[in-house]
Amino acid sequence: MTAFAPSGRRGTPPTATRGARDGVLPWLAVPALAVFVAFGVIPLIGVLLLSFTSWDGLGEIQISGLTSWRAVLADPGLPHALWVTFLVMAASWAVQTPASILIGVFLAGHQRYRAVLAVLYFIPLLLSSAAIAITYKALLDPNFGLGAGLHIGLLTQDWLGEPVLAFSVVIFVVSWQFIPFHSLIYQGGVRQIPRTMYEAAEIDGAGRVRKFFSITLPQLKYTIITSSTLMVVGSLTFFDLIFVLTAGGPGDATRVLALDMYKRGFQANLMGPASAIAVILVLVGLALALFLRRLGGRDTGASQLEGA
Amino acid sequence: MGVTHTTGLDRAAASSRTHRRPPRPRGERPNWLGGAAGWLWLVVVVVPIYWIVITSFKSQSTYYATNPLAPPGEPTLANYKLVIESDFPLYFLNSLIVTVGAVVPAVAFAFMAAYAIVRGRAGRFLRAVNSLFLMGLAIPLQATIIPIYLIIIRLRLYDSLTALILPSMAFAIPLSVLVLANFIRDVPKELFESMRLDGATETMTLWRLAFPLTRPAVVTVTIYNALTIWNGFLLPLILTQSPEKRTLPLALWSFQGQYSVNVPAVLASVMLTTLPILVLYVLGRRQLLSGLTAGFGK
Repeated sequence: MTAFAPSGRRGTPPTATRGARDGVLPWLAVPALAVFVAFGVIPLIGVLLLSFTSWDGLGEIQISGLTSWRAVLADPGLPHALWVTFLVMAASWAVQTPASILIGVFLAGHQRYRAVLAVLYFIPLLLSSAAIAITYKALLDPNFGLGAGLHIGLLTQDWLGEPVLAFSVVIFVVSWQFIPFHSLIYQGGVRQIPRTMYEAAEIDGAGRVRKFFSITLPQLKYTIITSSTLMVVGSLTFFDLIFVLTAGGPGDATRVLALDMYKRGFQANLMGPASAIAVILVLVGLALALFLRRLGGRDTGASQLEGA
Repeated sequence: MGVTHTTGLDRAAASSRTHRRPPRPRGERPNWLGGAAGWLWLVVVVVPIYWIVITSFKSQSTYYATNPLAPPGEPTLANYKLVIESDFPLYFLNSLIVTVGAVVPAVAFAFMAAYAIVRGRAGRFLRAVNSLFLMGLAIPLQATIIPIYLIIIRLRLYDSLTALILPSMAFAIPLSVLVLANFIRDVPKELFESMRLDGATETMTLWRLAFPLTRPAVVTVTIYNALTIWNGFLLPLILTQSPEKRTLPLALWSFQGQYSVNVPAVLASVMLTTLPILVLYVLGRRQLLSGLTAGFGK
């Protein structure tokens, strides 16, 4: 904080000297810093502190040591929520990554109609998760949805009433929402690959498949890591979508960590245990980000994480 | 990275680069697999959207009686009327207040901070601030919601639009600072130097040099943040209570609970909440898409 003291201001004309110029700079960062510390950093520290208390959301906050942690760690709901979170993460990654790479490579090509395609592709990015979830809820309704209206038996299932189906629907809707975004990242990545690499491969007689696996995919390494980091860490924060679509159900089939935290905190009024879950959420996210960053061996992953 | 590379300085060059692609090299066969995936995904994307649009113009009775994918025989605006009459304009106004109220100061503050970070690299304080914002990118909003709720209650802001604005600003700032700093770094040092020799103060340099040269980045960051906050659901869910403080996504959710059997009306409400963003999308598609991937181009 030493540079913070406006030392250069004393006695020197404010425009001419180096010291005065540096003096004003730290102050420019103060408004952003103040807002971020008040509603970002302090809550992050606060959630750790609150995990050692008992609070019902209304009354007094009481320090209760490790009670909340003991309750959370002994609850079979925690391993279940962790497992569901992991499954959502793994399945949404496994569905989105190949599809996004394929579509990204396609969009980076030379088709004339590509621009028209791109306009339509990216509409899901504009919709709120709440709007998307509400739409799919109506669309998949076994009585009034698309399947019932078209009289297609395969589509007329209790999509959100069966655990496995509901889970699949969540993965599908997540992919529907985010594949366009990741395709866009891959499209950018593919365009940065120098043409000369492909020309050299063509001279050597490499076919399209060979070129894809020997040039495109290895060259996309960092793009894949960036995109995967966003997918994996982002999947920890799927809340709106699952909350509106299934509310964690049927039973606990889609109760991910973020939802578990919400339900404990704001429905069961157990803010202590809910804070402990939030701390676990942060730790899992950090661990994953660090792991993927190490995988990349380049200092880009963590700097591109996105909070909300 | 294609779209995202549009810096303030060579925006024209970059956009012409994306507009005029080199023609397909001779002898290159079309990418069948990619093409198939591309068109298939287009169908997957378009069908639900098409369904939202047509259904929102159907009457409730024809919705149950007709083919769900057939366009309405007699389009009706009754659903829109129902939605608009159920306090929708109020929710719209709330969303607008929260979005503008959070985005404008957040981007302004982030710009000032980004400028300071780039210009004052040597200072220990500013380097620490920079690291703090980088760390902030990794904080998930959900994980901090309980303390935010506590702070908002203690500030006596619970159930107000201000309660939504403050945390929205805080979570918009880190990414905005990162992206804006990347663009300010691209401004040639000589320009800063000549401003200095002309006797300009840092605030004058910020306003007359850095801001005009990075305006496209500012627009991009503004759009990105506006979209995130406009679509935000968790903060209004936790921090407001009364119906008159609802923002659109939350209103949509409660509307859906209330009219769950009136699918056309629910979809009309989805249409109405998305319409402003669609208009923005049509007007500034390039900026919007680069906004969505803000931070990856650099």
